Amino acid sequence: MVNPSWEIVIGLETHAQLSTVSKMFSGSSTAFGAAPNTQASAVDIALPGVLPVANRGAVERAIRFGLAVNGGSSDNINRRSVFARKNYFYPDLPKGYQISQLDLPIVKGGGVTILSPTRGEITVKLTRAHLEEDAGKSLHEDFQGMSGIDLNRAGTPLLEIVSEPDMRSAGEAVAYAKALHGLVTWIGICDGNMQEGSFRCDANVSVRRPGGPLGTRREIKNLNSFRFLQQAIEYEARWQIETIEDGGTVKQATVLFDPDTGETRSMRSKEDAHDYRYFPDPDLLPLVVSDAWIDEIKSTMPALPEMVRNKFIEFGLSRAQAEHHVSSIETAKFALSTFTETPPKEIPDLSNWISGILSAKLNADGLNFSQSKVSPEQLRFLSGKVADGTLSGNMAREVIDAVWVGEGEPDAIIEKRGLKQLSDSGEIEKIVDQVLAANAKSVEEFRAGKDKAFNALVGQVMKASKGKANPAQVNEILKRKLSQL
Amino acid sequence: MLNLSLKQLSDSLAAKQVSSVEMTRFFLDRIAKHNDELNAFITVDEEKTLAQAAAADARIAKGDVAPLTGIPVAHKDIFCARGWLTTCASKMLSNFIAPYDAHVISRFNDAGAVMLGKTNMDEFAMGSSNETSFYGPVKNPWDMTRVPGGSSGGSAAAVAARIAPVATATDTGGSIRQPAALTGLTGLKPTYGLVSRYGMIAFASSLDQGGVLSKSAEDAALVLNVMAGFDARDSTSIEHAPEDYTRDLRSTSADPAQPLAGLRVGVVKEHFGAGLSADVGGPVQAALEQFRKLGATLVDVSTPSAKLAVPAYYVIAPAEASSNLSRFDGARYGHRAADYRDLAEMYSKSRAEGFGSEVKRRILIGAYVLSHGYYDAYYVKAQKIRRLIANDFAAAFAQCDIVVGPTSPTVAFPLGAKASDPVQMYLNDIYTIPANLAGLPAMSIPCGFGEHGLPVGLHMVGNYFAEAQMLNIAHQYQLATDWHARAPEGV
Repeated sequence: MVNPSWEIVIGLETHAQLSTVSKMFSGSSTAFGAAPNTQASAVDIALPGVLPVANRGAVERAIRFGLAVNGGSSDNINRRSVFARKNYFYPDLPKGYQISQLDLPIVKGGGVTILSPTRGEITVKLTRAHLEEDAGKSLHEDFQGMSGIDLNRAGTPLLEIVSEPDMRSAGEAVAYAKALHGLVTWIGICDGNMQEGSFRCDANVSVRRPGGPLGTRREIKNLNSFRFLQQAIEYEARWQIETIEDGGTVKQATVLFDPDTGETRSMRSKEDAHDYRYFPDPDLLPLVVSDAWIDEIKSTMPALPEMVRNKFIEFGLSRAQAEHHVSSIETAKFALSTFTETPPKEIPDLSNWISGILSAKLNADGLNFSQSKVSPEQLRFLSGKVADGTLSGNMAREVIDAVWVGEGEPDAIIEKRGLKQLSDSGEIEKIVDQVLAANAKSVEEFRAGKDKAFNALVGQVMKASKGKANPAQVNEILKRKLSQL
Repeated sequence: MLNLSLKQLSDSLAAKQVSSVEMTRFFLDRIAKHNDELNAFITVDEEKTLAQAAAADARIAKGDVAPLTGIPVAHKDIFCARGWLTTCASKMLSNFIAPYDAHVISRFNDAGAVMLGKTNMDEFAMGSSNETSFYGPVKNPWDMTRVPGGSSGGSAAAVAARIAPVATATDTGGSIRQPAALTGLTGLKPTYGLVSRYGMIAFASSLDQGGVLSKSAEDAALVLNVMAGFDARDSTSIEHAPEDYTRDLRSTSADPAQPLAGLRVGVVKEHFGAGLSADVGGPVQAALEQFRKLGATLVDVSTPSAKLAVPAYYVIAPAEASSNLSRFDGARYGHRAADYRDLAEMYSKSRAEGFGSEVKRRILIGAYVLSHGYYDAYYVKAQKIRRLIANDFAAAFAQCDIVVGPTSPTVAFPLGAKASDPVQMYLNDIYTIPANLAGLPAMSIPCGFGEHGLPVGLHMVGNYFAEAQMLNIAHQYQLATDWHARAPEGV
């Protein structure tokens, strides 16, 4: 879809639901999935006379985010921010206004570093992040000729994170969204559950001639999976380019993405945009954050992904491997625990197992690394066995499979299955001799310069040894014998 | 019992000269006799009220007595009270039974006070004559052809007519003090944040403050002791150390002839210019003279920005109201139109039917001043004026302890006289609005009579949290005069 005569410009607005027990301005529970309207208090349903009280835990989480996107520095955290009312009528908005922040958000600035598929490492700058409350839900399907209103979600705390238009492809937007998702779960402010809507993105997309002025943007609302984010942006950009190339113009609009058709369609144009009549909420005093409070929060911050990633690179891992291990805090903790006090030469195997076989198993079972059925200790035991030549890599992976399904400890599995690598060079030489004698054709081909024939011979030796021969020794002995023939 | 102070009523309960049930019955009977004409109460529920009185008697029998235990108190129908119809005098809430108690109501319940009923008011507290009520206008007991003032007109009429010993009220731009002036009562609006707004149906959140309408400063002090106090459910509630507002009233001064010796009374010269009716100016001047006799020094002060108070108020208050009243959409409670085609029509018809014209006027003004392109010119500018007014007061309080003047430019006017002229109506609150904009405590106390023998009020504005001092000044004035003790005839 890359069309070099056009540049795509993308900015994201992300809503991260904050992982507080109670709502942004009331004491009601934020737990997902309760029966409709069972988690809606007098404040949430906006009875006459009720008043909001800001949730300190939500403010603290916003501050954590501010610190995390600013290298731990707090100069992007407004010591005084202001809650404002965004006024509009809708049945799932009980007060007739949403409490949000406009002119003075709690976080201003910061950035998220990502690995662009095409441009290498780039930093996506953040415009702001502000606290607000979620609306309830309108349910149109279940009621004949009527709509149901569920206010359980009304008042749930959200952090709206607004990026600068720094992304140039759907791939970068997804990389940014993933990095942000990793970060908010890493610092423990959001559970990151996208199916339940805990993390959702609006994408502002425009196209322009490279170097030209910014085009008119359209905003794609409510993308709740990385795949939809990718598809929606790709479709939207293509649509805008085609529209302009066909002589049309793009008009500012809010659009929805339909996952069934893979298309975006306009919801409302700029002309019928609301006038939200924002003004400071007189029920809430300005939110004042003290340096002492920020310091207190700083002291509870975990090491940030960037720092941990650098640590993995110091372990000798590639940038891509390191990136994998910081994809979540559980992964990072598991990997760190696995690599610590491990001989350096074993680390590459361990790292591959973590990003390969283990990740695949966890994904298949819907688990994260804190729930892994194979422990770092068990992995280290196996890498030690590979290093001393007792096990081959394939054997180690076989043991991991067996531990995963509950066959017991690795040493018992090795014993029971008789897994031991054949490292006796005399034994291996005998097998090699037999294989060379039985495969004269392959030998001929090798001599004729066909490298493939060598691999076929290695395969035959491994087969003859029932997979137990040490592959390095097989290679070496086979090469020697062939050169002597 | 008609004219007894709260202290006297409380003493007679404690001495078992009368039970709370008997006292409550006495006032319920008076309500039954006079309310048809006065229209001071929207809701009276004798059964509920007498049950509370019986509970108070049980408390008194056990010796568990607080100053207001067993005393009947009328509440403005803006305070949510569990199980009570709570209407804000609007058709919109004409079917709303509150499922919870306002903080203020809880405080009275905890004190063992008896809820006498819910008083009439201007719809959503928007008005200065109590003529905007869905439940009809309230009459002034001093002259049944005249208004009692507003928005707390029902509370004022009830106490002035002695059908309630005391009443709660709220004040956004003068809604306690102007009715107090027009009905010969003592009215107190505390410092913004002293009384929790939780459960008090919002008109303009940054200005609304609960307070009291009573027969004397002494009664007001007792009631403020119950109403004031921090409430974590109201973010604008102030964590002010609890005070006994009656403490200064009991202290004896060094010179009993001059109990206000050393007090500097600021007189705002702007308040005695054009617009002030001569029959009001006279009694107010006489009151200043009385202060001097009691030992106070009169100081001229100036509040030059006060002339901008009414326009600033009519930007800020409607702006907040337009948003505060958005929740009344017919979706979850309150009035919903019987027929509508779609959601937009459900909203527009429910709100068109549920709100009266003054409420609609203010919603429209508020939506306008907040709208894109007008916000800076109106709302932002009004907020700047608000700061200037607060600065004026700060400068004045460097020279004096209290600022005094008239409460209302005229005595009570005839029903209907200003109902069709909003601007004339708004100018009723010209002297009271600055205290709301600055968040300062203020009072009105009776200081004489004007044309047609109608009461005149003296306005006092104190510094932040100067309620105790202000109540004592009023009390000393009331010890030396008897304006506050005059009651209307015929009720």
